[in-house]
Amino acid sequence: MLEIKNINVHFGVIHALKDVSLTVEDGKIVTLIGANGAGKTTTLRTASGLKKPTSGSILLDGKDITATTPQARVKMGISQVPEGRRVFSTMTVLENLELGAFLRRDKDGIAKDLATVYERFPILADRKRQAAGTLSGGEQQMLAMGRALMSRPKILFLDEPSMGLAPLLVQEIFDIIKVINETGTTILLVEQNASMALQIAHHAYVMETGSIVLSGTGAELSQSEEIKKAYLGG
Amino acid sequence: MEQFLQQLINGLSLGSIYALIALGYTMVYGIIKLINFAHCDVYMIGAYVGYACMTYFHLGLLPSMLIAMAACTLLGMAIEKIAYKPLRNATRIAVLITALGVSMFLEYGTMFFVKAEVRAYPSMTGWMAQSFQVGGVNISMLQVIIMAVTVILMILLQFIVKRTRVGRAMRAVSLDKDAAELMGINVNSTISFTFALGSALAGAAGVLVGVYYNSINPLMGMLPGIKAFVAAVFGGIGLIPGAMVGGYAIGMIETMVDGYGNSLYKDAVVFAILILILIVKPAGLLGKNTREKV
Repeated sequence: MLEIKNINVHFGVIHALKDVSLTVEDGKIVTLIGANGAGKTTTLRTASGLKKPTSGSILLDGKDITATTPQARVKMGISQVPEGRRVFSTMTVLENLELGAFLRRDKDGIAKDLATVYERFPILADRKRQAAGTLSGGEQQMLAMGRALMSRPKILFLDEPSMGLAPLLVQEIFDIIKVINETGTTILLVEQNASMALQIAHHAYVMETGSIVLSGTGAELSQSEEIKKAYLGG
Repeated sequence: MEQFLQQLINGLSLGSIYALIALGYTMVYGIIKLINFAHCDVYMIGAYVGYACMTYFHLGLLPSMLIAMAACTLLGMAIEKIAYKPLRNATRIAVLITALGVSMFLEYGTMFFVKAEVRAYPSMTGWMAQSFQVGGVNISMLQVIIMAVTVILMILLQFIVKRTRVGRAMRAVSLDKDAAELMGINVNSTISFTFALGSALAGAAGVLVGVYYNSINPLMGMLPGIKAFVAAVFGGIGLIPGAMVGGYAIGMIETMVDGYGNSLYKDAVVFAILILILIVKPAGLLGKNTREKV
């Protein structure tokens, strides 16, 4: 279980996150929705250790990890698919996937997980010798997800997986997210595509200008008039 | 023809040295986007360490070179830790100015300890002092050693970068620091390792230059340093094969100008090439032209 408790984050004088708290229970899909600039990505980056909060704490399975490095958090089972995929463009698909398993030493386990990733994303197997930068947007998203799964995470952060993808592909990606969750990985999903996110989420938080303003189950929020008006287009 | 072949051999020897130094510039640039001006002084220190080993401890060329490489590795890592690491989030110009400062500190700091005078490297004895003729071309054993050592070090470097875990981390960090961090890569130690690797090569180059030209002084790094930098830009800064190609190209061009034209112009030609490259193909010979996103 991941708990974020009252974190505040500043960029210079800008107060980007104001007392943000949220909980991601094991085995669930939790989504964080909100407009551009609401602080969703900053929340994820703080949870994965790329950004240090000015106050507040982050707990993983009850253990305070606020002061730990991103490396330590990967080891503890946190993995993040960053916004905009961020694949290593001049390296091959296979090299990207192997980098996902950078901290692991269990050769057999890595080989097994690689096979699982290829099974889930067959296109990656076809392109394993190709430079990651030559893949299409959807393929890069799959690669970024596959790469994140290679660390065998307990909890997977996904930052805007639907960004820039055609509707059909978005559906495919969300189907895969559900499958990943059903096979035992907890998911924290940040999305601007609120309707898609609410469909698959067990629990959802809504962010506005650096604060959590609403929370509830996915079904509850998709019925809420406020949410409908602000995020679901009517 | 004979003269041409002779110049070719001389050019390859000089080019080897430039390539070794250029690799350090290019690797550091690739990973933290810094032109490490202090790099040429690491090379100078390498030459002095080699000199000390050979003159005072009467060690052979190979052990002296290995010791110089080890010393430069430590020096490079120390420079990175003390001067550049605190500036990791500073503007690029601040780090660049710091690099110039470190460079001067090393040059004049060394001068304080060893005096500004030129020192003569002990001359080689035995087979290393020999030379042989191939079809009228005179090749010295030293030239062979320089070329062989360079090739071996380049193969080693390629192996490290392409095949090892830390090499893979280096490539990942140079492509995308945040994404690398999310893979669990320790960015700071990877940067430190990059400095170590580049500095080791510079140390080797320092000793090779010492035995080849026989004289060293505390400011000896300035001109070869700038030329190696030109070589790195020529091949495409940030690209390891670019530095190799650029190093040999600059060495060759310089020797040819020296041999066929006027030796007074050899430096001018090298810098004219830099200007030309920056105008025609700023990304370098092997680089792709990419627009910088603002």
